[in-house]
Amino acid sequence: MSEQIPLEQQEPLLSVRDVKVQFPIPKARDWPWQPIPMLKAVDGVSFDLYPGETLGVVGESGCGKSTLARALIGLVTAHSGEIIWDGKNLAGLNDKGFHDVRRDIQMIFQDPLASLNPRMTIGDIIAEPLRNYEPDLSKDEVRKRVREMMDRVGLLPNVINRYPHEFSGGQCQRVGIARALILKPKLIICDEPVSALDVSIQAQVVNLLKELQAEMGLSLVFIAHDLSVVKHISDRILVMYLGNEAELATSDSLYANPTHPYTQALLSAVPIPDPDLERNKTIQLLEGDLPSPINPPSGCVFRTRCPKVQPECAKNKPILQGSAEHKVSCGQVSL
Amino acid sequence: MSLLEVKDLQVRFDTPDGEVTAVNNLNFSLEAGQTLGIVGESGSGKSQTAFSIMGLLAKNGKTYGEALFEGKQVLNLPEKELNKIRAEKISMIFQDPMTSLNPYMKVGKQLMEVLMLHKGMGKEEAYKESIRMLDAVKMPESKKRMDMYPHEFSGGMRQRVMIAMALMCRPKLLIADEPTTALDVTVQAQIMELLNELKRDFNTAIIMITHDLGVVAGICDKVLVMYAGRTMEYGTTNDIFYKPSHPYSIGLLESIPRLDTDDTQALPTIPGNPPNLMSLPVGCPFQERCPHVMDKCRQEAPALDVLADKRQRACFWTPDELIATGGNA
Repeated sequence: MSEQIPLEQQEPLLSVRDVKVQFPIPKARDWPWQPIPMLKAVDGVSFDLYPGETLGVVGESGCGKSTLARALIGLVTAHSGEIIWDGKNLAGLNDKGFHDVRRDIQMIFQDPLASLNPRMTIGDIIAEPLRNYEPDLSKDEVRKRVREMMDRVGLLPNVINRYPHEFSGGQCQRVGIARALILKPKLIICDEPVSALDVSIQAQVVNLLKELQAEMGLSLVFIAHDLSVVKHISDRILVMYLGNEAELATSDSLYANPTHPYTQALLSAVPIPDPDLERNKTIQLLEGDLPSPINPPSGCVFRTRCPKVQPECAKNKPILQGSAEHKVSCGQVSL
Repeated sequence: MSLLEVKDLQVRFDTPDGEVTAVNNLNFSLEAGQTLGIVGESGSGKSQTAFSIMGLLAKNGKTYGEALFEGKQVLNLPEKELNKIRAEKISMIFQDPMTSLNPYMKVGKQLMEVLMLHKGMGKEEAYKESIRMLDAVKMPESKKRMDMYPHEFSGGMRQRVMIAMALMCRPKLLIADEPTTALDVTVQAQIMELLNELKRDFNTAIIMITHDLGVVAGICDKVLVMYAGRTMEYGTTNDIFYKPSHPYSIGLLESIPRLDTDDTQALPTIPGNPPNLMSLPVGCPFQERCPHVMDKCRQEAPALDVLADKRQRACFWTPDELIATGGNA
C-alpha cells in the first residue's frame, strides 16, 4: 500500500457502493401466484480499493464473497448499487460492455485444473487473452510474450506445448496466474486461489502473487476462507456474513483488535499450529447454522448466533461505521 | 499390548504403467484413547494407509506387512470377517460428508441400519439408540432430523451424522480421513471440540488424517509425517512441533502462514513439487526439495532410525547437525 498518504486522500481504483446481488428462487414459494422469493447473496456491500492494495475478503461458505467477486467482473449481474471503475459504473453492463473492462480486471479461480481448457496447450491458454485483446500482434510476438510470462511465474519454457492434465495443482495455478497477468491488468480478483493446494505449494503461490504485485503495481481482491493466508497477503480485510459486511479494517488493526462478535468467533476458531497455544486457547463457538439467505433475519443478520445479542438488534440493521482504518457494523460494540 | 500395531506396512498398486508403491515401510502403534495424526501432502499415502487397515483399497491394490488390532492381523482378511471388525471395532469417517451418505435414504434409516445389522437390535430399540447418538453429537432437534434426507442438512450437520454413525457400535478405533477439510473454520472448531469430547467420554482411539497442522496441534498425541509414502518423522506432538528433526517437517512447519505471529515477510517455502510415485528418484524421496541434500542422499535412501521414546526419523543428518546448519535457511 502507498506508504504515507492517508487512505481518504487517495483516488480509489474501484469504488463499490451498496452493491446487491440477488437470485430468484421460483421453487421456494408454495403457490405460483406468490411473488418469487429472492436469495440475497450480496446484500449491500460498499468499499473502496486503492491502487497497489490488497483487499482480503473472508467469511464462511455462503456468505457471498465469491458472488461479490463475480459481480465486480460481470460474471453475475449486480441487482442494484454502483461499481465505479475508471469513472464508469459497471453495474448493469452487459457482456459487450464488460469486454474492455476485463482487459484491466482479470480473475484467478479456485480450482486450478477445472479453470483451464483441457484441450488447449499451456501456451495457447496463456496466449488466449492476447489474441482476444491484441489481435494485431504477430505470432512470434505472442510467443515471445507468453514465454516471458511463463518465465516470470516459474514455468519452464519446455512445457509450452503440454496440456493441463500433465501438471500438478500448483503448476496449473501458475498457468492461471500467467493467463491473468499477460494483459498487464490493474486489478486481479483471486477467488480462493490457494485453497485447493497443499501447504508447501500454497506458500509458493502466495509468495509469487506478492512478488508480482510489488513488481507490476497490481491491486488484488483476495478471497479466501483461510484467515491466516489472508492475514499474510492483505493490506485491508473485509469480513462478510450472510451477504453483509461485518467489519472492514486494515490487516493489523483487524487481527490485533477484532471488534465485531462474528470476527472474534471466526478468528478464535482458526487452529494454531502450536500444541501449547492451541490447547489452552478459548474458542468462541458459534451456536447453530448459517440462516437461509432467502429469508435472512430482520435487523442485524448475525443476531441469531451472536453472543452479544440485544432485543433492539432485531429492529435496526447496523451500518458500517468507524474510521478509515477500522469500520465495524454492529449495534452493540463501538470502536 | 497396543490397540493397533502396524509393522512394515506396504501398499502397492498394479497400474498399466507398472507397479506403484503408495505406502512403504510404515511402523506405528496406538494405545486405547490415544490420537495419532498422520500428516502429509496429497499423494503422500496417508489416506491409503487408512484404507489398507480398513480393507478399503481399490481392487488393484495389495497390502504387505502387519496391522495387528488387539493382537490380531487385520490386513488381507476376507470380506466377511472384515465386516465384523468394521463398525464394531474400527470405523471411519470420510472427508466429504456430502457424498458419504446415501442420498435416497432418510438419515434415521441409515443410522438404524447400522445397529440392526451389527447389534441385531429391533426397530424400536435402534430408533431410540439412534436418537441418543444424535444427541451425543449435539444435533439439534434430533427427532425431526431422523426423518430428513441428507440434502436437507448442512455440511457440518452431515459430518455430525457421519460421526454419530461411526460411533454407533462404540468402536475402539476411529479413523478420520480429513474430517474437517471440507468445512468452514467455525464448523471445524465445533467438530474438533466434539471429537475431543467423544475421545474423553468413550475412550476411543483416533487416527486423524489431515494436512492441517493446526488441527493436529489441537487433538493429537502423536504425529506421523509422511512424504511419498514413507515415514519422514514420527514422534509425540510436542517433539514434532517444538523439536522437528527432519528437513521436511521443519519446512512444513515454517511454510504455514500463522495468525499468532507478525510476519509480513515472504513465507519460507519448500521449493519444487512432490515427486511422482511412478518415478521416484534413487535415494531419499525428499532429495529434490531438501535444502540439506548431499551426494549420499542421491545414492541411498536413509534408513528409518528408531530413537528414544519410539521416535522415528529418516535422514542422514543428525538433528544437531540440522540445527548447526541453520534450520532450513
